[in-house]
Amino acid sequence: MAGRGWRPRKHQLAMLELARAGRHALLVAPTGGGKTLAGFLPSLVELAREGGGRGLHTLYVSPLKALSADVARNLETPIRECGLALSVAQRTGDSTASERARQRRRPPDILLTTPESLALLLSYPDAAERFAGLRAIVVDELHALAESKRGTLLALALARLRTLAPAARRVGLSATVADPDALGRFLWPEPEAVALVRGEAGAAPLVDILIPPGPMPWAGHYASHAAGAILDLVSAHRTSIVFVNTRAQAEVLFGLLWRLNAENLPIALHHGSLEVAQRKKVEAAMAAGRLRAVVATSSLDLGLDWGDVDLVVQVGAPKGVARLLQRIGRANHRLEEPSRAVLVPANRFEVLECMAACEALAEGALDGGTVVPGGLDVLAQHLTGLACAGPFDPDAVYAEVRSSAPFAELARADFDAVLDFVATGGYALGRYERFRRLVREADGRYRLADPRLARAWRMNVGTIVEAPVMKVRLGPRGRRLGEVEEYFVSTLAPGDTFLFAGRVLEFVGIREDEAIVKLAGRKGEPKVPAYAGGRLPLGAALADRVRAMLADPERWAMLPAPVREWLDAQARRSGTAAPDELLVETFPRGGRAFLVAYPMAGRNAHQTLGMLLTRRMERLGLAPQGFVASDYCIAVWGRRPVERPEALFTLDLLADDLEEWMAESSLIKRTFRNCAVVAGLIERNLPGRRKSGRQVTVSADLIYDVLRRYEPDHVLLRAARAEAAQELTDIRRLSDLLSKVQGRIRHQRLSRISPFAVAIVAGIGKELVAGEGLDEALEAAVAELVAEAMGEVPC
Amino acid sequence: MLIRLAGREMLLDPSGALFWPEKRLLVVADLHLEKAVALARSGCALLPPHDTASTLDRMEAVIARLDPETVVSLGDGFHDAAAARTLEGELFDRLAGLVRGRRWIWLAGNHDPTIPLALGGALLDVLALDGIRLRHAPSAGPPGEPEIAGHLHPKARLPRRRSLARPCFVGDGRRLLLPAFGAFTGGLDVRDAAIAGLFADGFTAWLTGERRVFAVPGHLLAAGGEPGKAAGRGRSRLRLRP
Repeated sequence: MAGRGWRPRKHQLAMLELARAGRHALLVAPTGGGKTLAGFLPSLVELAREGGGRGLHTLYVSPLKALSADVARNLETPIRECGLALSVAQRTGDSTASERARQRRRPPDILLTTPESLALLLSYPDAAERFAGLRAIVVDELHALAESKRGTLLALALARLRTLAPAARRVGLSATVADPDALGRFLWPEPEAVALVRGEAGAAPLVDILIPPGPMPWAGHYASHAAGAILDLVSAHRTSIVFVNTRAQAEVLFGLLWRLNAENLPIALHHGSLEVAQRKKVEAAMAAGRLRAVVATSSLDLGLDWGDVDLVVQVGAPKGVARLLQRIGRANHRLEEPSRAVLVPANRFEVLECMAACEALAEGALDGGTVVPGGLDVLAQHLTGLACAGPFDPDAVYAEVRSSAPFAELARADFDAVLDFVATGGYALGRYERFRRLVREADGRYRLADPRLARAWRMNVGTIVEAPVMKVRLGPRGRRLGEVEEYFVSTLAPGDTFLFAGRVLEFVGIREDEAIVKLAGRKGEPKVPAYAGGRLPLGAALADRVRAMLADPERWAMLPAPVREWLDAQARRSGTAAPDELLVETFPRGGRAFLVAYPMAGRNAHQTLGMLLTRRMERLGLAPQGFVASDYCIAVWGRRPVERPEALFTLDLLADDLEEWMAESSLIKRTFRNCAVVAGLIERNLPGRRKSGRQVTVSADLIYDVLRRYEPDHVLLRAARAEAAQELTDIRRLSDLLSKVQGRIRHQRLSRISPFAVAIVAGIGKELVAGEGLDEALEAAVAELVAEAMGEVPC
Repeated sequence: MLIRLAGREMLLDPSGALFWPEKRLLVVADLHLEKAVALARSGCALLPPHDTASTLDRMEAVIARLDPETVVSLGDGFHDAAAARTLEGELFDRLAGLVRGRRWIWLAGNHDPTIPLALGGALLDVLALDGIRLRHAPSAGPPGEPEIAGHLHPKARLPRRRSLARPCFVGDGRRLLLPAFGAFTGGLDVRDAAIAGLFADGFTAWLTGERRVFAVPGHLLAAGGEPGKAAGRGRSRLRLRP
């Protein structure tokens, strides 16, 4: 390696040193610091010394298949140039049967895999033998895995490996996060056994905020006003990544850029719903330097190394500092040079958020590094997987599971409930004793009742449950473009146009579970497919900064003119709140009485707040009609004005109604469906599988309703509630805020809408109006439909 | 909601049951009792075994509310023949109690050609009343006589930002299909050829809400489903053809 002029970095040497001492290590470093090589270096040294071919030496786990492929490529060079005789193989969902058989016959020295494929490997009867000699486990992008449900699956696999391969040294690789200790515990249960290595900090990134001349939008997320300015930036740089927050934004912005792209700059599109072949083509073109820009979602957030990117554009608010840093790190993947990034706020509130993010970056303030608590549904999947590998002793497995960070506090009663769920469904009546899935043997061990269950389990492994999707095909015999959600297709009539894969497509019809489309001529405004759960809420740290900024008019001077004027107008016409106050405005508009509050607790928390407020308003006889929520505020409207908001925003608001609301919310129904799939109660809705006219499957909503009524403490309901509460962690922010602002509600009675409120009230009608009962929703939908048919515009 | 079928007034109840006031006759379709247990027995998922209790709860409620003289189960009362035999204990007693309290007619379905004798009630293939035929599966093609049928589990979907799908009644004044009443019964979209094809001149769907029923002309329902079978430009002109 020295011959190639390669000099090891300090943290790479530190990793070697720790490995020699047989210690676990967590490397926390910014992107571009040679992190992955640092993780592998000790293995390469060991293998060079001892020679390969003696069974599996190092297991590498990353969240992305693409990352494994990238690492395989990057390892090839040092292995070849150092003349090492060792083998590297990938094991992902894409591996063919023959590859898998070869890996079993002749194990590679280094195996690159994902959490799902690792769970699969552990479910085979030969798992103990296969992993017995393992020397090292490398987990890449640990920060991203730990805060997701996939991380829980991985944590359980790591706990299993602690039993099967107790001698294996563990290495975690993470981006810089606020709480590395939590990640250390994720890696190994005794935190003192994990050494923390910090990579050198790179040059500070250069970040600008782009405010193009002209009017600044009040609302919306598409940043269409800035498309021309973004194109100028692309034109002035070698290669740019234009990051957006949602797939819908990606489609819209890509379309806008190409409408203006007179120079015909090669600009591509990349997001998770596009056909894999198309994505790979874009990645290859990017790697080869043939593109000037790619418009991308989080599908390009992680790891992939393209040295030539010299500009990152973040369109829309960044939502979290660690996430922004990760994205900025995609530019100039070298430590010595600063990364260059431009933030493009899409509306006035987002300007504040972008300013706050820049401040946080400058101060080196971080967020992230959380480990999500373990879901009982994932545990159910894991226990079934263990039974697939062979009979297990429940006491030993309980201890093993508790050694993983997400389940460190798992009670034996909960463990037993999950075990009973796997065995018999876990119902109180015990009606399924004769249909048991797990049978207890004389020695107390549990074994799978029927080997066919293992096959079904292996087809359903994993924790990612996506909304049912439909493939999109260009012409009946044309190529596939990708997939959109089934529900979106259900809203299309033949002849409707929509934006997808960078084209305006006309919906022709459905054939064999594929949506057939053709290229559309120019007619009408195309729809934009939306995807459930695509939006990240505003992080707490950024929200605090925005609130502080609003409270301090002296700092407004540094803001761009349109935003400054907006804030001045707000101060004049209504007011702003001190950091420990809550601003609540009431005003009449269009025959309705509006209430707008600005807790800045993130969209999820505001959705919940909206439900709770409308419930309480109903009880107080205020006849609420609906609400909408954004990251910053919540607007509720009704027939009668709210005279005393103090009576609404009381401390018991959350305590009283939350339980009741949770039980009926669509959020809990969605999390229940996810949990039921992950736990193996219902099967994944696999794309391409044809549904029979009269389905054998029973919808998760029906199961939820029955279970809730007859068995409210069922383990799956508990799992769903826990997951929903997890998604609503912002609720805690909300309750903190409520207790802080008691007696400090700043109520502004206005005669008309305020400058702040425009941002949210303008969005009404574009957003789902939540909070209505089933009958109200049906009535409104029917009225809308009839109005549309009669040629009236629904209001 | 009151509608007319072959000139007679019929009440469509939001529970999914049909009430014929003149005859004080209540019709429920596709109860699929004991479906969860039947699925567990066949090696499928171990779904909560409370579907029968849930269906009985709702049936008791609608019977108490409308007080019918006669109840007709429109076929597929039990999910399968074995399930009809395994129903026992409290659940059996509750069902038997309902059956004994009034005239009760089980129409044979494709899932349950027989019904346990101990339950009581009469077992028929088809019931004809005042020129209207009650049967499990609708007859093929245009009905010779007005008919009420089940079997297809119709549901309809309203286009909205997030679409709303509800079990529904479907009819055209001569033929009326009932939604499935059972707790664990999936639905078939009314625009599927199996349903839409039965109504050559279009249909109305009555969607069940919590306390009310909502009428929607078939041609206004969202596309999708099987648009291969649909023609027309734009939603408002969408028509479904057999």
